[in-house]
Amino acid sequence: MSDGSRSSPHLLTPTSAGLYCAAGDFYIDPLRAVPRALITHAHSDHARRGHGAVLATRETLAIMALRYGEAFCAARQIVGYGQAVRLGDVDVSFHPAGHVLGSAQVLVANRRQRIVASGDYKRAADPTCALFEPVACDVFISEATFGLPVFRHPDARREVDKLIASCAMFPDRAHLVGAYSLGKAQRMMALIRQAGWERPIYIHGALEKITDYYAAEGADFGEIRKVAAAERSKLAGEIILCPPSSLQDVWSRKFPDPVAAFASGWMRVRARARQRGVELPLVISDHADWDDLCATIRESQCAQVWITHGEAEALVHWASTIGLDARPLHLMGYGDEEEVTDEAQT
Amino acid sequence: MNRFAQLLDRLAFEHARNGKLRILTDYFRHTDDPDRGYALAAMTGGLIFQHAKAGLIRTLIAERTDQTLFEMSYDYVGDLSETVALLWPARPAQSAFIGDNSPPPPTLSEIVETLRDTPKAVLPQALAGLLDQLDETGRWALLKLITGGLRIGVSARLAKTALALMGELEPDAIEEIWPGLAPPYLDLFAWIEGRADKPVVSDPAPFRAAMLAHALEETNLASLDPEDFVAEWKWDGIRVQAVAGYDDEGVVVGRLYSRTGEDISGAFPDVLEAICARNFGAAAIDGELLIVREGRVESFGALQQRLNRKKVDAKLIAEYPAHVRAYDLLSEDGQDLRALPFAERRMRLTRFLETRTPSRFDLSPLVPFSNWEALAQARRDPASAGGDAGAIEGVMLKRVDSLYVPGRPTGPWWKWKRDPFTLDAVLMYAQRGHGKRSSFYSDYTFGVWREGVQGDELVPVGKAYFGFTDADLKLLDKWVRDHTTNRFGPVREVEANRKIGLVLEVAFEGVQRSTRHKSGVAMRFPRVSRIRWDKPARDADRIEAVEALIGERKAGV
Ligand SMILES: [Zn+2]
Ligand SMILES: [Zn+2]
Repeated sequence: MSDGSRSSPHLLTPTSAGLYCAAGDFYIDPLRAVPRALITHAHSDHARRGHGAVLATRETLAIMALRYGEAFCAARQIVGYGQAVRLGDVDVSFHPAGHVLGSAQVLVANRRQRIVASGDYKRAADPTCALFEPVACDVFISEATFGLPVFRHPDARREVDKLIASCAMFPDRAHLVGAYSLGKAQRMMALIRQAGWERPIYIHGALEKITDYYAAEGADFGEIRKVAAAERSKLAGEIILCPPSSLQDVWSRKFPDPVAAFASGWMRVRARARQRGVELPLVISDHADWDDLCATIRESQCAQVWITHGEAEALVHWASTIGLDARPLHLMGYGDEEEVTDEAQT
Repeated sequence: MNRFAQLLDRLAFEHARNGKLRILTDYFRHTDDPDRGYALAAMTGGLIFQHAKAGLIRTLIAERTDQTLFEMSYDYVGDLSETVALLWPARPAQSAFIGDNSPPPPTLSEIVETLRDTPKAVLPQALAGLLDQLDETGRWALLKLITGGLRIGVSARLAKTALALMGELEPDAIEEIWPGLAPPYLDLFAWIEGRADKPVVSDPAPFRAAMLAHALEETNLASLDPEDFVAEWKWDGIRVQAVAGYDDEGVVVGRLYSRTGEDISGAFPDVLEAICARNFGAAAIDGELLIVREGRVESFGALQQRLNRKKVDAKLIAEYPAHVRAYDLLSEDGQDLRALPFAERRMRLTRFLETRTPSRFDLSPLVPFSNWEALAQARRDPASAGGDAGAIEGVMLKRVDSLYVPGRPTGPWWKWKRDPFTLDAVLMYAQRGHGKRSSFYSDYTFGVWREGVQGDELVPVGKAYFGFTDADLKLLDKWVRDHTTNRFGPVREVEANRKIGLVLEVAFEGVQRSTRHKSGVAMRFPRVSRIRWDKPARDADRIEAVEALIGERKAGV
């Protein structure tokens, strides 16, 4: 890195607006409007509107436009996975993060340093997005949403089997499955089809736009039907996907004796599931679990690991026990889409 | 084990009784012997083995995980068994390919046998070995089982009801033979599935399914002839069955059962001694368990001191002496009397108690009446019965010709409870319900006025979550959402002050002193009987009115 840099010895610096690269004059997933932004993925806490120029994958840009309208930024540039782009004094490239459609890790590099901002990521198989690709680096920047060793996500297919078994056991009850509208919901559709469910899958209106986009991009979800208000009482025995917040909404009341299911990594902990009144917890997450966080950090061969958000403390402790220089960045403003109210509704 | 664990996991999240029943019958239908029998035993409290202490489990996990990570995890999860189940290092991923040579996870029977046969000294290794072979849910269930912390919201009665459904039987038919059965209940399942005859029970002191009464509505009286009935007090204790008999070697076997057939002898050695005494003989008495001091029946609160205890000491027995007030004689000298009419059973009961004079037993007196009005008067003023009015919940009507029929037949017996107490209280907090009601604020904490340092303040006195109709619930839910002042997780605090507040008429069966409640009082069976949309919050009742009810009961005793 050019020694002319005034501040950090690193290519990226944590600031209150997010990670900043002075050598390239850009932010990654900035928390407020900036002149130039690199966006890892389209979840609303990472992809905000109002930036000047935005560089992201084609899918991320398309989903942002779907959500915010075409005028969400002044200028946009598509970058493909693995394609290098020169910005100021640095090279940047995007690599699959396995989180949702279009999600990417951002590698920022010059001759002396390679640093990866991984955004949100997972290692488990997901038929709706590209598989995570490890990128060797000096500094690995990781999330830690599930950064406690109690979070070990089981095989998602076995969790979906539970849902199917419940539909067989309770054919007189509607099965409402809370799933985040971007990514989780579509992964659920794919998993439900993989499990052999041939009936239509019903969806809440809030999931429609993004689901249509996934389908246009080639995902095959079989027959998807939007739930019509008047039809709700007739959906006994059916699977209905909805934003998590709708589970306890007045909307859910009209279904026949609904079973409240929720697909989230948080469902691993019983108290969390009970607190939300969930009857059928499905431990399915689009974030890395503890084992995968640790494995990914090791695999990156980094000497330093920075933790952006989540349960940073335990992961920092673990990293230091294996001799890594680990630091929590305490970046405020990155939420946790598996838990928070779904912004897609508003 | 993993199957059993999934069953427990699913039951723990299912709130509806019918849902639980369906999950249980499905499990029993699709699980082989002897696993399902051990599962049944686990749910009915019939699994007996060396329990592990929390300390042992902490030691096991400390050997396997980083202390700091454990502390952070435990802090987050809040439950030791669950934390350990999740933290336990997983076995190296098993290949699902042909040639996979690893053993299948242990079955519930294998686990029960291992735990039963393992000497205490090697329990840690044995337990660790089992945990290694299970998945997260399996580990959780095993740890709950072995620490005695298995609470899944399934009563023994519910499990038996599920079995009955499976074999299209009455739950009481299972209840009746239950005391003579043992895990893994192969004979029971064979009978339920129609593969074998009803198991022959050789228990010398068996439980006989209880006969219960329907609640009387005053409108029923018009169609009933007072000539056909006798009346007794309905005592406010717990319904029990005291049974004694002789085993093959002539040794006396005595038991005290609860109404549902649970053996509660262990908590009442004083009563058991009386049952096993020579003069009791081989007999079965249906009666009410009460605390009686110097000939006076104490309130239900006194009896609670003796309930749900595994062990009791001499001091507790002396302080709260237990007693059975006899209602009925079901068998005498090995002869089943249940097919005799009530009048005849009553005669034999009276003679039994007079001639044998078992200690701690006496006869429940009849309430004389010539017409329904006279009985209504006695019900309103039980003090006319003597000094025990504080322990009377109403009257029982029994047809003189009624046979002792298990279950709740319509017609022969009626219970006519005293009117509930009511109180106008102010809604203070509302909590989201469960299951079907999870989108409603349906659990209500209410309070009454008391004098505080800065004038009148509300003090919570109870919680109610039933009594209202679905239409009321919608209105209550809306009121809560419109008047929320504060939120704590699933709980909302609502406006409750002299100017604004919702008054609920709360009905309840009684009230007693309690050191565990902020207000110093605890209500029995509170429910919302009416929503007083018309009543200003400032006119709701005061704590003094509640305390007066305790006084009233005391005076009666
Ligand atoms: Zn995300
Ligand atoms: Zn995130």
